Amino acid sequence: MNLVIVGLNHKTSPVEIREKLSFPSHAIGEPLSKLTNHYGLAEGVILSTCNRVEVLAVASDAERGTWQVKRFLSDYHSIPLERLDDHLYVRQGEEAVKHLFRVAAGLDSMIMGEPQILGQVKDAYGYAVHGNAAGVIVNKLYHKAFQVAKRVRTETRIGEAAVSISFAAVELARKIFGNLAGKTSMLIGAGEMAELAARHLQTNGVREILVANRTYEKAVELVKCFSGTAIMFREFPHYLKNADIVIASTASPNFLIKPEQVEEVMRERKNRPMFFIDISVPRNIDPEVNNIDNCYVYDVDDLQGVVVANLQERHKEAEQAEAIIVEEIDRFYRWIKSLDVVPTIIALRQACDSVRKAELAKALGSLPGLGENETRVLDAMTSAIVKKILHHPITHLKREADKIEGDLYIDTIRKLFDLASETDAAKKAAQDSADWPAGFSSGSKKT
Amino acid sequence: MSEIFFHITAAVYLLATLVYSAYLFSRKERLLTVAQAAMVAGFAFHTATIIARWAAAGRTPATSFHESLTFFSWVTVFAFLFLLVKYRQRVLGAFVSPFALLLLITASLLPKEIVPLSPVLESYWLPVHVSLAFLGNSFFALAFLLGVMYIIQERYLKTRKLKGLFFALPSLETLDELNYKCLQYGFPLLTAAIITGAIWSEYATGSYWEWKHRQVWSLITWFLYAALLHGRLTAGWRGRKAAILSSAAFACLIGSYFIINILSGGAHGLSR
Repeated sequence: MNLVIVGLNHKTSPVEIREKLSFPSHAIGEPLSKLTNHYGLAEGVILSTCNRVEVLAVASDAERGTWQVKRFLSDYHSIPLERLDDHLYVRQGEEAVKHLFRVAAGLDSMIMGEPQILGQVKDAYGYAVHGNAAGVIVNKLYHKAFQVAKRVRTETRIGEAAVSISFAAVELARKIFGNLAGKTSMLIGAGEMAELAARHLQTNGVREILVANRTYEKAVELVKCFSGTAIMFREFPHYLKNADIVIASTASPNFLIKPEQVEEVMRERKNRPMFFIDISVPRNIDPEVNNIDNCYVYDVDDLQGVVVANLQERHKEAEQAEAIIVEEIDRFYRWIKSLDVVPTIIALRQACDSVRKAELAKALGSLPGLGENETRVLDAMTSAIVKKILHHPITHLKREADKIEGDLYIDTIRKLFDLASETDAAKKAAQDSADWPAGFSSGSKKT
Repeated sequence: MSEIFFHITAAVYLLATLVYSAYLFSRKERLLTVAQAAMVAGFAFHTATIIARWAAAGRTPATSFHESLTFFSWVTVFAFLFLLVKYRQRVLGAFVSPFALLLLITASLLPKEIVPLSPVLESYWLPVHVSLAFLGNSFFALAFLLGVMYIIQERYLKTRKLKGLFFALPSLETLDELNYKCLQYGFPLLTAAIITGAIWSEYATGSYWEWKHRQVWSLITWFLYAALLHGRLTAGWRGRKAAILSSAAFACLIGSYFIINILSGGAHGLSR
């Protein structure tokens, strides 16, 4: 069993290619069933976002599996493979696991550490489960990937700093007001970006949103989306004193808010802080307002500056995240290997026990006068002997399985006790109980 | 005995300061927890220092300049731990630990011998007055530190350069509110200290008020903080203005405290 990822992303291909290869999320079941039924792949997951299209597949042979996935992509979208091949990347075995972990944690995203991708990976996995394309390997692998993404998120600050203008605005508001609950925000102009910022503010607790727009109807329409109050455009200065956060985004060529006006408002507000977000070009808020005590003015460039600073911060955090991923891959493979040793241990126990049982039966046959009690004592004693003899070899085996020479120990035990014939049956038993095929291992190293 | 504890305390505060600094730059929560544990441990040793000194001197150890600085530092850490439990602003510790350490370092440079207190001053009013006065001052010290934090954070936000401490420091409103809370704790304590001081003075010298340096300065401080609180309540002095004023008031307080102690050699000039 081998793991293969074939795909392309924003780094390896232009949007013209990505859009041709994308799979609509509402109808991903059909390509999934094609992938597993017609291309000889045991399990498969299709991840399709606007920045990446990736197919993860479980195949009996890595090279063959890779080729099958490539053919599937080419056939399904009717694009000749030659045109596609240059844009595709291939990850196999451990590299594939690493790739999946990095993608889920947002380390491979266009915006480093962005959280949406985790949801998209979860969806992709959900479709695979729904379409019966997810088996034991995919199940285990994806749950591990979600766990790793969560760990990266909690142990590093990769997702902490806002990297979009509207999130940056919310972050700044938090640094000024602390808790946004009960605060009032005013939108002057009902642009898309202002709306987005207002939404973020509202999810962060802002209680009231006033909307002033030159076309009053548009303001009315907008407040329906996020329970707010529409006000007449020319009346907005009267409401300024109620607003803690002001977002301006009109097409006005002049300053709409001037320092004298704000000074007056601040007196009425008893100097409670005001945060002005000016996302209009040309600007609507006189930058001089920033010089008034307890007033903070940020224009588009300032917010962009915050975003750039935050992105740098994220790239620093990414190093730590990569270290976590390496650690988790290591842990993951150690676990897989420990499963490899399980069938050997089971076989070893079974072999010894069958010898014991046979010998016990023989002994009991030559001692006809024994009662039930004596028989039980003999049975317990012999099984105790076997257990005690096997205790140390099994402990060592378990411990050594984590190390590089683990295979050697397993092999030696199998040879010494002649376990080869029983192994397959034991493997099967282990597989059922552990939900994991014993043969699945790193890359092409093992069968 | 007290001296050993004193050195351990200073060492632990130094450790806390270093770990806090590491936190400010890396913002690893674990460091904050470690630094906080160090503060608690430091406070325990500090308490032991005070108790040992108390036992050795046979009176409240806040008489000589060395003693009173040590005592001030101890009460400030106590006030910080109180705020920590109540308001959970953990980053404040990063500013309290160097402050407490600085007070201890200054104390260590001063003569440490136990100066006998003149018998007229021996009274139950001594520990009461001293504790109230220092507790009040320690809340003003915390208000000062919060004011400094506010001014730093405000600078980042005004200049729109978000780096360094910006990410670690709490929001402006949080700092402002906590600053206000500290004044609200400090002011009644200072008032009570002045009253108990007057009563003590009456017991010791037969007069409530003698217009000594110390009494005059505490009255000036009292008026400063009264004005500050009044301005906050009625005139909307908040944010940067309040931060600067509470820092200035504290500068006045600590300045008079040092000058009087240097001039008189401790305990309001009464210990000689």
